[in-house]
Amino acid sequence: MVETILPVELNGAVVRKGEKIIIGPLDLSIGGTGCSILIGPNGAGKTTLLRLLHGLERANSGAVKWSARKNEVFSRQSFVFQSPVVLRRSGVENIAYPLIVRGVARKMARAEAEKWIDEIGLGDVGRYDAHVLSGGEKQKLAMARALITKPEVLFLDEPTANLDGASTLEIERLILSARDKGTRIIMATHDFGQARRLADDILFMHRGRIHERASTEDFFDEPKTEEANKFIRGDLLL
Amino acid sequence: MNDLLAGLQSAIGLILHLDHDLVEISLRSLQVTISAVLISAAIGLPFGAWLSVTRFRYRRLAIALLNALMGLPPVVVGLFVYILLSRSGPFGVLDLLFTPTAMIIAQVIIVTPIIASISHQSMRDLWFQYHDLLISIKTTKWQRMKALLWDGRRGLLTATLTGFGRGIGEIGAIMIVGGNIDHLTRVLTTAIALEVGKGDFPLALGLGIVLISMAILINLTIHILSRTEREGTW
Repeated sequence: MVETILPVELNGAVVRKGEKIIIGPLDLSIGGTGCSILIGPNGAGKTTLLRLLHGLERANSGAVKWSARKNEVFSRQSFVFQSPVVLRRSGVENIAYPLIVRGVARKMARAEAEKWIDEIGLGDVGRYDAHVLSGGEKQKLAMARALITKPEVLFLDEPTANLDGASTLEIERLILSARDKGTRIIMATHDFGQARRLADDILFMHRGRIHERASTEDFFDEPKTEEANKFIRGDLLL
Repeated sequence: MNDLLAGLQSAIGLILHLDHDLVEISLRSLQVTISAVLISAAIGLPFGAWLSVTRFRYRRLAIALLNALMGLPPVVVGLFVYILLSRSGPFGVLDLLFTPTAMIIAQVIIVTPIIASISHQSMRDLWFQYHDLLISIKTTKWQRMKALLWDGRRGLLTATLTGFGRGIGEIGAIMIVGGNIDHLTRVLTTAIALEVGKGDFPLALGLGIVLISMAILINLTIHILSRTEREGTW
């Protein structure tokens, strides 16, 4: 087992749907630690880039290169979707599922999941069918399910897009806690405030390309591209 | 109207007196259909799951064919099985023609596509919800199928019960391969056909009411035991 699967590099990666280029060509390297935030208007390609990195999309041309073998790479990363997907089981079984898939004994996996139920504050509700949970609780469940395998890289696709302030705060607490424990966070968001609170660096995307990459402070205080400047000012980006 | 009342009276009489012949053919009906449905479910449910999670070149054609097989004419199935099992057929040496086993084989051929097709439709919708998550978690194909089979069990129960309904009321195929032999292959549906042929409508109607009651009772029992309506939408 290699020490780290990072950095991940994109070399001229392009994703197309039919004739339309969704993202690319992209050249990018993500390594180290901390939290990188993808920011940009709707249709910029943030979700597609996350899915490409995670292996849910394939590059039509160019390449995605991780620093380890394929099997190892995919077993050391997790993904949290914008709309939480819950299995038709109890909260505990939802959280335990990735461990069971990896061959951990059901009893041990459930015991570990019980700890996460307490960690995310679901209490007894987490022991019933997951469909009774609210949107915020389902997203916390999805976070716990993603974190239970102790991933080296965690992808988050606008995980708080449909949540209220209190739930957003809880999710951000889990993200920061994971980051502090060494998980590399790569996240898409529309929320400037959230980007300022969480990001170590910002990748600004527009029309499938990365227009700017900078530290959070530099990006918001002195954006270098016209597009980023407009976006931060709240102007319409066409 | 008189025939209906007489049929109802006949049914009540047969049940209250626990008529020996009625009990025998009812149990045989259940034995044949339950065996066929269990075998069909063992084939059809995993096949439906496999079809949901697998992409291959002629998948759409396979699904269309499976749906078409739901409407297999039982008489043709009966004829096909008859030819296979007859003395001059490839499986004649097994000496299965005119036995309950032959009836089970015919019913398996009729019921399997029904269970596979309905379960596939149910699991396809579930797979649409689970697709990204299960791929993200790096599940194997077998683990994906297991997840669909377990989480979609309510839908699969409906598919299985639909297969049971089709099997218990089936007559064309089992008449041909079973032969409606008294104390050997006679079941409720073939007995009804026989009594109609003899002109004994009240008895035929009585047997029909017993058949319907049995089908409803089994469906209700399974639904109650599996708590289908008690645990929300799942």
